[in-house]
Amino acid sequence: MEPLLAIRGLNVRFGPSERPVPAVADVDLDVAPQEIVGIAGESGSGKSTLCGAIMRTLVRTARVSGEVMFSGRSLLTLNDGEMARLRGRELSMVLQNPMTSLDPLYTIGNQVEEVLRERRRDGAGLRPGGAIEVLRRVHLTAPELRVRQYPHQLSGGMRQRVLVGMATAAAPKLLIADEPTTALDASIQDEILILFRELRETAGSAVIIVTHDLSAIRRLSDRVVVMYAGRIVEEGPTGEVFRAPRHPYTRALLASLPRIEGDEVHLEPIPGQVPDLASLPPGCAFAARCPVAKDICRGQRPPESVVADRHRLFCWRAEETA
Amino acid sequence: MTANEPMVEASGIGKTFTLPAQSLFGEAKRVAAVVDVSFRIPHGRTFGLVGESGSGKSTIAKMLLKLEAPTEGDLRVEGQPIFRQSPAEELAYRRKVQAVFQDPYGSLSPRMRADRIVSEPLRAHGMPRREAEARAPDLLRIVGLPPEAALKYPHEFSGGQRQRLAIARALSVDPQLLVLDEPVSALDVSVRAQVLALLRDMQQRLGLTYLFIGHDLAVVRYLSDIVGVMYFGRVVEVGPARQVLRQPFHPYTRRLVALASGDAPLGAVRMQGELPSPLNPPSGCLFRTRCTYADTTCIDQRPEMRDAGSEHMVACHHYEAVVAGTKAETGPQLREA
Amino acid sequence: MSATSEGSGLGPFRRRFTWGRGGRPPIVATTICVILVIAALAGRNFITLAPDEVDFTAILTPPVWIEGGSWEHLLGTDQLGRDMLSRLVAGARISLLTACAAVIAGGTIGIALGLTAGYLGGLAEAVIMRVVDAFLALPFILMALAFVAALGTGVGNIIIVMVLTNWARYARLVRSEVVLIKQRDFVLLARVAGLNRRAIALRHILPNVLTSILVLAILDVGRAIILESSLSFLGLGIQPPDVSWGLTLAEGRTYMTVAWWLTLWPGVAIVLAVMSFNAVGEWLKARFDPRGQL
Repeated sequence: MEPLLAIRGLNVRFGPSERPVPAVADVDLDVAPQEIVGIAGESGSGKSTLCGAIMRTLVRTARVSGEVMFSGRSLLTLNDGEMARLRGRELSMVLQNPMTSLDPLYTIGNQVEEVLRERRRDGAGLRPGGAIEVLRRVHLTAPELRVRQYPHQLSGGMRQRVLVGMATAAAPKLLIADEPTTALDASIQDEILILFRELRETAGSAVIIVTHDLSAIRRLSDRVVVMYAGRIVEEGPTGEVFRAPRHPYTRALLASLPRIEGDEVHLEPIPGQVPDLASLPPGCAFAARCPVAKDICRGQRPPESVVADRHRLFCWRAEETA
Repeated sequence: MTANEPMVEASGIGKTFTLPAQSLFGEAKRVAAVVDVSFRIPHGRTFGLVGESGSGKSTIAKMLLKLEAPTEGDLRVEGQPIFRQSPAEELAYRRKVQAVFQDPYGSLSPRMRADRIVSEPLRAHGMPRREAEARAPDLLRIVGLPPEAALKYPHEFSGGQRQRLAIARALSVDPQLLVLDEPVSALDVSVRAQVLALLRDMQQRLGLTYLFIGHDLAVVRYLSDIVGVMYFGRVVEVGPARQVLRQPFHPYTRRLVALASGDAPLGAVRMQGELPSPLNPPSGCLFRTRCTYADTTCIDQRPEMRDAGSEHMVACHHYEAVVAGTKAETGPQLREA
Repeated sequence: MSATSEGSGLGPFRRRFTWGRGGRPPIVATTICVILVIAALAGRNFITLAPDEVDFTAILTPPVWIEGGSWEHLLGTDQLGRDMLSRLVAGARISLLTACAAVIAGGTIGIALGLTAGYLGGLAEAVIMRVVDAFLALPFILMALAFVAALGTGVGNIIIVMVLTNWARYARLVRSEVVLIKQRDFVLLARVAGLNRRAIALRHILPNVLTSILVLAILDVGRAIILESSLSFLGLGIQPPDVSWGLTLAEGRTYMTVAWWLTLWPGVAIVLAVMSFNAVGEWLKARFDPRGQL
């Protein structure tokens, strides 16, 4: 099937050109229509920058190169007006902080209506119903009351529902959710994740969810992409990667989660720390913390190895980690 | 001090905030952030406090740190009521109790060098500056930072390193009790594990007592001996960590544990409803608006803490039937009494 | 690393207005400020003619590039034949000196009271802030007139008047910042560490409000220059034989139709000085405002 989103050789650099900080390096990624892809990584892994590059919301000083094809259009070459028309319609985004993403001076109804008005103007695949219907679709309790309320009268979970509702008012082909549940309580996180699954079922949207919460990715996404220091290190079907991770970083990340074994809780910290992006080693960025690194890992960047159907990783020891 | 006297003993502590009136003639509203909370932390143990945002767990931390005063009840540390101290006693108390907070960026004064940051508590207790700062490399080494880190400023450290710095500072005055308010929540997964391992190691080496506040049950369980679960300002269940987080009795804890296990597929375990408004709390059991087992008893009567055996206490009318699996799902109960 | 698009500081209009592009400092404005400060501090060493040297043979000499002008008086002379350039340089000294003295003294008083109010809260805060409100509610020219009427004129009194009219703004700014900062974790942890109130206020709170105070102070220099000029223009400020821009402007007023340079030069000096200090202040604000960084 033709991918909905095809990223080829994407690079994002910040800072002076003499000493660039490569926040995203050589990323290739496909997202099929109606697919849910999880991007996992820690701070500095480049996962949020990758989203910003797709949405073209990065600061002007960011230097983006490569190709991002979205349903037949090259996003990096569109002019600002064309990109703005795409955003919120075919391509939409939900951000981490539901506290600051709504304007405190307007009612919820006002803000949802504003989005609907925008969408109606060009009639781009607007889903039926008004503001109340938008809120009902994201299972906000008592939507008739909520439209008259102001953001501060809603809890964080409710606000995030409103934002998901606004972002999906026009049934986007692709929704990018950047840490959508990080600021929320555990009991509400799942409710938001369920909305993304429903969105795929009712509107046929594809979803990219970016998070450091591995449990969310494991339960929501079809495919997982693990990033480290700006690069993809492993990518594959979610079940397979979580059951049998192949890249040493993926393994270490999963092992650092607390596990309950009998009466004890175990966790294995990854020694060392995330490398400074401004002075990355010539080889694999994880080599310094990797338990199985050998000389070649420090000296040369690992090539891509396809280890199974749609399961690839970048590791010199790919053969031995099976 | 008797042998079995606890490090911390809270008896029926409560904190009520008064909100300014909404209109000129409106009445000032009172919001109860913490209601009738009692717990004991034995020496050298960790009391884990679990709850969602707004449940009042941070207010309890602030009270123990004397940053907020309770409006009711009695809070004692080593038998001494901490809100009736002379200035000299208070200074001694400040030496005994230290804290690490959630935000590794906000916890360190941005304009101070690391050696001054970690030695500041020593100076506050009268040690000359030179002597205090000379201790900095040692303190940094204890928390796994290189001695040359002493000459850096906070912005030169990563989140995990800053949290180590905050721990080093807290340890500088040889405290006996550490209040850890979500100390790893803002950290990356791999760094979180490092800091948790460090905290456990520190406790074993120095015999510290911890009040550990968190929302991630696996993390809380990693460190805690005793766990209290808070909902809406009240402790609804308290007991040995293994029991509470493995065989919980309260329907709220059971839901949290099921959600946190992460084994169930998405959507199999759900928490219904939304948190009630703190300005207008429900009658009877506070959890009844989200509890699948709630019935009319839960609307009419507020459940008291009941002893469920082996130091396990729970505030639920129906926990026996819920645990046995014989309670009908009659909730949630949304109507007013 | 932030993926969201942040505004690149100032908009195109403000950028041009402040004479700086992007994040770069406004070079023109900074240069003017430096020249003014040098003129104020050491200007007397560069001018050959005394600002009060009367020369009846050269009354109302136009600037050098106009017919009848002379190289001796580059910017012309006034109705008493005094050299305009010398008077501007001497005026810079008094105008800037009074402005800076007023800002420093007013700032210090305002910081002390704002810090006290914000940190202690309670009754101290209520009393201090009501006084601040009262001072801010009065139109400042009116207040200045009342004070001058009561105290009399002269450089010292002008400074006192200017302090009285500007300290309240510092107190209000500092108090609002302190109220925010004292809730920050590092201040709470300083309390937990056992630091006393004075140490917390001076070591943790004050350094973190200093940047915004500095910005306000630089913006305030422009405001103080205008206030001093206004007072002197009205005859309530600097008195002859002292020289200030406002006074020079007032003295030249009668000759405006026959000798425009008498009013233009001090006018230009005031406008340039105020704009330059404001531009530098604005740039510092955009560059160092802690709210922009946190």
